Amino acid sequence: MHTLAIIGNPNSGKTTLFNRLTGSNQHVGNWPGVTVDRKTGHINYQGKRTDVVDLPGIYSLSPYTQEEIIAREFVLSDELDGILNIVDATNLERNLYLTMQLIGLGLPMVIALNFIDDVESQDIHIDCNKLRERLGVPVYPISARRGLGMDALLEAVTGEMQPPTHQPAYLHGVGAAIRRGAEILEQTNIRACSRPFYAAKLLEDDPQIVSHVQLSLEQRQEMDDLADALSAHEIGHDHEMMFADAVYDYIEGVVRDSVRKPAHPKLTPTERIDKVVINKWLAVPIFIAIMALMFWTTFGPVGEWLKGIFETLIQGKLSPWLESALLAAGASDWVIGLVCDGIIGGVGGVVSFLPQIVLLFFFLSMLEDTGYLARIAFIMDTLLRRIGLSGKSFVPMLMGFGCTTPAVMAARTMENEKDRRMTIMLTPFMSCGAKLPVYSLIAAAIFGANAGLVIISLYVFGILMSIFAGFVLKKTVFRDVSSGFVLELPPYRLPTFKGTVRGMWDKARDFITKAGTVIFLMSIVIWVLQNFTPTFAVAASPETSILGVFGRFIAPIFAPLGFGEWQASVSLLTGLVAKEAVVSTMSVLYGVSASADLSAILSGVFSPVAAYAFLVFILLYMPCMSAFATIKRELGGWRWALGAAAFQTCLAWLTAFVVYHVGMLLF
Amino acid sequence: MKKTLAGLKPGQSGVVDGLTAAGAVKRHFLDMGITKGVRITVERIAPFGDPIAVRLRGYSLSLRRDEAAKIELEG
Repeated sequence: MHTLAIIGNPNSGKTTLFNRLTGSNQHVGNWPGVTVDRKTGHINYQGKRTDVVDLPGIYSLSPYTQEEIIAREFVLSDELDGILNIVDATNLERNLYLTMQLIGLGLPMVIALNFIDDVESQDIHIDCNKLRERLGVPVYPISARRGLGMDALLEAVTGEMQPPTHQPAYLHGVGAAIRRGAEILEQTNIRACSRPFYAAKLLEDDPQIVSHVQLSLEQRQEMDDLADALSAHEIGHDHEMMFADAVYDYIEGVVRDSVRKPAHPKLTPTERIDKVVINKWLAVPIFIAIMALMFWTTFGPVGEWLKGIFETLIQGKLSPWLESALLAAGASDWVIGLVCDGIIGGVGGVVSFLPQIVLLFFFLSMLEDTGYLARIAFIMDTLLRRIGLSGKSFVPMLMGFGCTTPAVMAARTMENEKDRRMTIMLTPFMSCGAKLPVYSLIAAAIFGANAGLVIISLYVFGILMSIFAGFVLKKTVFRDVSSGFVLELPPYRLPTFKGTVRGMWDKARDFITKAGTVIFLMSIVIWVLQNFTPTFAVAASPETSILGVFGRFIAPIFAPLGFGEWQASVSLLTGLVAKEAVVSTMSVLYGVSASADLSAILSGVFSPVAAYAFLVFILLYMPCMSAFATIKRELGGWRWALGAAAFQTCLAWLTAFVVYHVGMLLF
Repeated sequence: MKKTLAGLKPGQSGVVDGLTAAGAVKRHFLDMGITKGVRITVERIAPFGDPIAVRLRGYSLSLRRDEAAKIELEG
């Protein structure tokens, strides 16, 4: 048995190949300490088992992005026995850059030349024997999408893999310097085969490798002399550039020898599509149309219909069935209450969002797999950059209007850590679907005919606050981190049915797991708090329950905002379970009955200014626990998640305070 | 003042002579194949004026104008 890593550029079809090779034998976990997925699986081929690790898609083994560092640490560890390098044949030059670095590692290796069908349809011919000869590594042409060439590849990766037959002879003295550097490293404990890689990185002055490798003073001096001798070749060039130049020069030679292109290459399908899709005038209308379709389907008729089915199943069928089953089993009232109201109410309420979440992720994976996501970032970058975000923040922010939970998950598509964190922190300011019932109820009760205007103003207010909060975060927490926007616009590709379904299933499973653990526990906790007094007797009325007592205790916090009644405080607390719960809690606590409906009661309790301050607070304060749990996972820890929640809640308090007092002066 | 990639209009191309970027941005440029001697063509400008889309080594890349200004061209 041995362990194989699949490594390749983003958009090289890595995931498709991984799925092809491992089938359903997969496990998704996390790399220690980071939020990058670690996918592992195994191949069963002719009775032999080979473990496969899917490394993150990277362009190089540079130590800058999280993905690069993970991939590099893994390939330099002893866990690995061989490398399967997947190369996009339609983009050979740039893909081979990573290949050259991998060859420097000297580990057993094979190359899978993917999208060979696309290359052939462009009348380009790649001579795989020539490539193998020049690179010293076996090359297998495949189409992971169509399953072409898989047998030969499987045979190769499950058999005895060989290290590269030779190290490339880079020009400009770089190749010679690497060879000499590798000799200097002979007296260290670095694996013999990987010395060329380490030598190159030491000569390039790669900060991590320099601090990682223990060299004697003498050896370090020799390395420095070697580097200085290199610089003498070309003045004004630093080592990093020289190495990259030498590698790309070498690759150009390899490509010249092994690729035959037609004299007059026709425009690729991607170039033709881009002429329309990111055209100066058409780009924005097309973009808006695609977004509208996505949201209309998810949150409009189709999504609502599916959600309705789920709700009927859970509340109309499952809940009564469980209740009668528990009654028949002789369960006491409080057990029935806990199960049917607490657990089903909490978990069920969240699970009913599942169809919409799956739909959203269906669209999102389509956007990503087709290559359009990169174009959205390209179109929107300038606008979002002004508030310290990047073009890639757009989709998550937009999804935030639907539901914060999938929106936060969607931020995974951003490779810049600072942008991703900031997007996650700002997304909750987009009014999610669950806040709408709260807005409409209170606005209708207090503002009557102007209710519509009030609701729209809240949506706009949220957007303005995210812009403002973006500025604040840019100047404080995320200061000084310059994030570039060097982004590949990958070729358009048709997503595979299997890949899309698998992606949707993964998301759904993620979500169900969370509903079954975190939300399950929190639902129980809230139910207990609502139904027991501080001395753990059954509460006669909500007022005497732990939540009621606590509500009274915290009510003074909200007094300066104009809504210091304990009922309002408690409803804000239950809003943490799900925002729509604010409405149901208020109905219970204000003792809504047939003779007095909630609207009438509310208009007696809230002044218009206080009501608006209350709505603003609901708009801005920390998101519901489902979103919070997701934020915690995506930000990678309690410290960040609690920090974000504190930031949002403080901002909500301050804003509501300003709104209330300015409003009191004006009206 | 050296000519940079930021000064090109859609359809125009130039040959890279050097980079004035540093740190992660420079590394990223090099990894993406923006090395001395490579020909880069500006394909188009985004609808709101920034970033730009360029083509090199047979693929398309998007970068912001201020990043493009760090790529010096020959001539």
